[in-house]
Amino acid sequence: MVARYVMSVDQGTTSTRCILFDQGGRLVSVTQREHRQRYPKPGWVEHDATEIWRNLEHMAPEALARAGVDASQVAALGIANQRETTVLWDRHTGVPVGRAVVWQDTRTDELVEQYASRPGAELVLERSGLPLATYFSAPRLRWLLDHTPGLYERAERGDVLFGTMESWLVWNFTGGVDGGVHVTDVTNASRTLLMNIETLQWDKDLLDFFGIPAAMLPEIRSNAELYGTATRAVPGVRISAALGDQQAALFGQTCFAQGEAKCTYGTGSFLLLNTGTVPVRSSHGLLTTVGYRIGDEPAVYALEGSIAVTGSLVQWFRDSLGLIQTAPEIETLARTVEDNGGCYIVPAFSGLFAPHWRADARGIIVGLTSYITKGHLARAVLEATGWQTREVVDAMNADSGLELRSLKVDGGMTADNLLMQFIADVLPAPVVRPMVAETVSLGAAYAAGLAVGYWPDLEGLRRNWHRAAQWLPTMDATRRESEYANWKRAVERTFGWVRPNTNTAG
Amino acid sequence: MPGSVQSIERAAAILRLLARGSGRLGVGEISTSLGLAKGTTHGILKTLQDVGFVEQDKASGKYQLGATLLHLGTSYLDVNELRSRAINWADALASRSGEAVRIGTPLDGKVLVVHHVFRPDDSLQTLDTGTLLPVHATALGKILLAYDSGVAAEVAGATPEQYTRRTLVTPAALRKAVTEVREQGWAGEAEEYAAGQASIAAPIRGYGGYVVGAISIAGSVDRLFPASGRVDQSLVTFVQNAARAISRDLGAGRW
Repeated sequence: MVARYVMSVDQGTTSTRCILFDQGGRLVSVTQREHRQRYPKPGWVEHDATEIWRNLEHMAPEALARAGVDASQVAALGIANQRETTVLWDRHTGVPVGRAVVWQDTRTDELVEQYASRPGAELVLERSGLPLATYFSAPRLRWLLDHTPGLYERAERGDVLFGTMESWLVWNFTGGVDGGVHVTDVTNASRTLLMNIETLQWDKDLLDFFGIPAAMLPEIRSNAELYGTATRAVPGVRISAALGDQQAALFGQTCFAQGEAKCTYGTGSFLLLNTGTVPVRSSHGLLTTVGYRIGDEPAVYALEGSIAVTGSLVQWFRDSLGLIQTAPEIETLARTVEDNGGCYIVPAFSGLFAPHWRADARGIIVGLTSYITKGHLARAVLEATGWQTREVVDAMNADSGLELRSLKVDGGMTADNLLMQFIADVLPAPVVRPMVAETVSLGAAYAAGLAVGYWPDLEGLRRNWHRAAQWLPTMDATRRESEYANWKRAVERTFGWVRPNTNTAG
Repeated sequence: MPGSVQSIERAAAILRLLARGSGRLGVGEISTSLGLAKGTTHGILKTLQDVGFVEQDKASGKYQLGATLLHLGTSYLDVNELRSRAINWADALASRSGEAVRIGTPLDGKVLVVHHVFRPDDSLQTLDTGTLLPVHATALGKILLAYDSGVAAEVAGATPEQYTRRTLVTPAALRKAVTEVREQGWAGEAEEYAAGQASIAAPIRGYGGYVVGAISIAGSVDRLFPASGRVDQSLVTFVQNAARAISRDLGAGRW
């Protein structure tokens, strides 16, 4: 049978999705399954890696069945995954060592503080391009080594393997204990604090700094090359791509040229700017990261503005306040009023990410008067995402010396017209949504298809990109500036709320 | 007026009984209270259970009102929710058909455009989400006329506006068009709203099969109705498949 489709797996924070794409980059079938979020202690977030693999083992064949396709018609499979989530497992049994520690988990905050004051800490930013923070994988791995008796010795012997989600899935697809391939890709590896951003290899000094045995680490590969052939879930299908989800979205948006940027609106939001083949160091709170690397070609780098809380603020509004039934209803509620009524919400739920990086910040609602209704609050929720985007774009412009001329957007929140219009208004710049909002999945599919020759080249992929919607700025400049000034004042009021070593629960 | 249907009367009595008091009753208690044979009661309960109006407690075997019944009065679908659930399939439809896609829901006897996907040729186009379209002159509107009795009632007294010489304005012509839509399961419109333009639409069904809106493609009449005014059947199939995929996601089941 002629291979007519590419399968992509998006292993996300709350669910895993399996999507089949055709040669035009169009969606053919979708299956999705949520996995359990485990919060054993305040600040801890865990996933069961076995549950995630079992879900996928079930969903991948189901996606084929829904399209009436068999595995021989699938040219390749690509994986996009939640980044920085840390999985350890036993090479001989295939059983994870404890639960996966998720990127939102902040159990390592004290450990990070300790390591930051050690000699050699300046190496982390210099070599990895990232600040030493709880957000990344190495502190989690160190924490697990510290808190699991006997683990360090097992890791040194190579009996226990480390990986982010894509490593775990590739290892399982390609046979697990029966010859599973232990690899990671440059984008995921670039989020560990252990990879040298220039050489794209594990950095011996960083491994020494964190005390990580090299024997447990996967081999770092490019984003688009043949890793192996599946023997489980979809036997016979070639596994030929893996990217961190945000880098996958950059690729799916076909931001292949220097200066092209996209923002993905999900639980959090992530703006990535392609900076070409040289890593650019930020002086405005952005991260230097690998964008993608195709086979032996030079790696393409990106500057990243990470916003921790956007879609999750809407979820909080729905689940914790109960003011709406479903997330999209936020737009309906927000449209019951003309403006925010003077109310601002800064969702610094676990501190603020880019461009502030303030761990001591906590969320606030300011400007409350008896005039404020739930409609105004709904506006303030959506506007928070708009202003946080503006802050990150300002930082991007300052670092790159260029002015962003239009913003390509994707992700679930792009279905919210009011929000998209607001973002265009506050940037101010046109906001463009592509024909496939599922750019994370599409990016993984593109990289996988490219590796096996299903798509010939980047230009061919570019031709698949089409504008599905565009929002143009309409807000009056005076109003924009005064609103932005208000937002900035609100942000300042979140700083320093958490004091070091105080126990508020006492 | 025809006589009342006995089994519906009995079903209503059972529901009233379950809505009273503690709410959980066994078959025996229900039969005794209503003076019905146990077999009859059981049969009615089984049907009510199938449609979700009652639920049986697994442990005790007793019956109570079902969640579906409780949501019956509040089961409206938020238009922003509809857009959010439909966005992937609307994109795929635009991409496959090469035409602009719209999703419409009824509002005060008009079609409210709740979602709009540009024609995938990267030409300059403007989002028209939030605008209102006439029901009698668009494919989206004809779907709503055919499947939503509320819409049909709202426009009953109004005089339809003549947009082009092809616009259907007489009650007879509209009745015929609506019958056709119901028979074929999709609606078409060629130069009835604007010269040179055409559209094709299919119904989007929500939970239980109830029509909540319509999805359409719109573009040049030469592309949608190419062969001497006859519709391009492959485009109709694309629209119907997209409508079915969205309906399935909304829980329409066998539709």
